[in-house]
Amino acid sequence: MLIITTIMSMILVNNYVLAQFLGICPFLGVSKKLDSAIGMGIAVVFVMVVATAATWPIQQILNSFNIGYLQTVVFILVIAALVQLIEMMLKKYIPSLHKALGIYLPLITTNCTVLGVCITNIDEGYGYVLSLFNAFGAGLGFLLAMILMAGVRGKLEGNEAGVPVPFRGLPITLITAAILSVSFMGFSGMFQ
Amino acid sequence: MGEKKTSKLAILTKGIIKENPVLVLVLGTCPTLATSSSAINGLGMGVSATAVLICSNIVISMLRKIIPDKVRIPCYIVVIAGFVTIVQMVLQAFVPSLYASLGLYIPLIVVNCIILGRAEAFASKNSVVDSALDGVGMGIGFTLALGCMGLIREFFGSGTLFGIEVLTNVVPGMGIFNLAPGGFFTFAILVAIVNVIKKDKPVKKDFGCEGCSLASSCGADRKEIKNAESGKGAEKAC
Repeated sequence: MLIITTIMSMILVNNYVLAQFLGICPFLGVSKKLDSAIGMGIAVVFVMVVATAATWPIQQILNSFNIGYLQTVVFILVIAALVQLIEMMLKKYIPSLHKALGIYLPLITTNCTVLGVCITNIDEGYGYVLSLFNAFGAGLGFLLAMILMAGVRGKLEGNEAGVPVPFRGLPITLITAAILSVSFMGFSGMFQ
Repeated sequence: MGEKKTSKLAILTKGIIKENPVLVLVLGTCPTLATSSSAINGLGMGVSATAVLICSNIVISMLRKIIPDKVRIPCYIVVIAGFVTIVQMVLQAFVPSLYASLGLYIPLIVVNCIILGRAEAFASKNSVVDSALDGVGMGIGFTLALGCMGLIREFFGSGTLFGIEVLTNVVPGMGIFNLAPGGFFTFAILVAIVNVIKKDKPVKKDFGCEGCSLASSCGADRKEIKNAESGKGAEKAC
C-alpha cells in the first residue's frame, strides 16, 4: 500500500517537473515531438531506478566511514559512470533499444532529476525497496509531464500566428507549462 | 570563443545583460524556478552558485593544459562537486536558515548547466584572470535574474519584499505566485520582456538541452561538436 501511494504521489502530487522544478531543461528542450519526449521519458525512468539502486548502498558505505559529506561528489561520478556503462551495454547487447534511447542517455548525466531523486531518497530516510519505487514513480511522473507537454506543443507548433511576437518561442512554452502545473495543483492533498 | 581581443571589462559585463545566462542563454532553469519563491532565497542561491562558478572557473582554467581532452568532463565535474560541497558546508555552518530553505537545490548546483557550460565554453580556453572575470560576470547575471524573479514572486505572492511587509494589509497576496505555476509564469514574462528589449537582434529560437553549451560534450548532436570546433564557438551553438 505504501508503495502504491508513494508512486502515485510522485506522479501526481509531487511531480518532479511541474511541482518541484527538477529536470526543466529536458522538459523544455526535448518536448517538441511526441516520439522524442517518450524516448527521453523512458530513458529517465530507467536511469533513475538504476542510479538509485547503485547510490543507496554507496551512501551506507560512506556513512559507515563517517564521510557522508562526500555524497555529492561520489553520487555525480557514480551516475556519470553508470550512464556510460548502460549506454555501452545497450549498444552491445540490445542494439534496437540503444537506437531508440541511446541518444538521450548522455544527456541524462547532467539531468538534475537523477541526482535529485538519489539525494531525496537518502534525505527522506527511505529503505532500499521504497527508494527504488520512489525513483520509479518520479520517473513515471517525468514521463507523464513530457508526454502531456509534447501533446500541447504539437498543437502549438506552427500555429503561433495568434501569439504576440515577444511571447513566441520560449515564453509561450513556459506559459503552457504554467497552465499544466496549475492543473496538477488540483491533485495536491490526494496522497501524502 | 573567437573573441580573444575583447577587453577585460567586456568579459565582465557581457554576462550581466548581453549574455545573461538565465534570461538570454536559458541555462540553469531548474534553480531559477525552484529557488526564486522569495527574494532572499533567490539571492542566496545566486550567490552560492556564483561562488562555485568563480572558484571552478579559476581552477579549471589553471588546469586547462593538464587535463586530457578525453576525460575533461568528468574532471570538471569533480572540481565543481568539490566546490559545491565546500559551499554546502559553509552555508550549513553560517546560514542554517538559508541552508534549510534551499535544501536539495544546493547539491544540485553540481548539475547546473551554467557552471559546467562556462567551464567547457570559456574557462577551458582562456587565461585564469579572464576566466575569473567571466565567472564574476556570469554569476552577477545569474544572481540578478534570480533576485528579480524572487522580488516579483515575493511581492505578488505574499506582499512582502525581503521579508518586510509592504502590501500585506492592503491587498491579499496571490498565493499562486509562490507556487510552481507562478514560477513558470514569472519566468515567461521576464523572457518576453528581454525579447522586447532585444527586438533588433534575432531572438534565440532553440533552447533546452540541445541548446546548452554542454551539448557538444554530451555527444547528443555530433553536428554541434563540429560547429563548436570549427571556430563557431560553443556559445554560438546555443
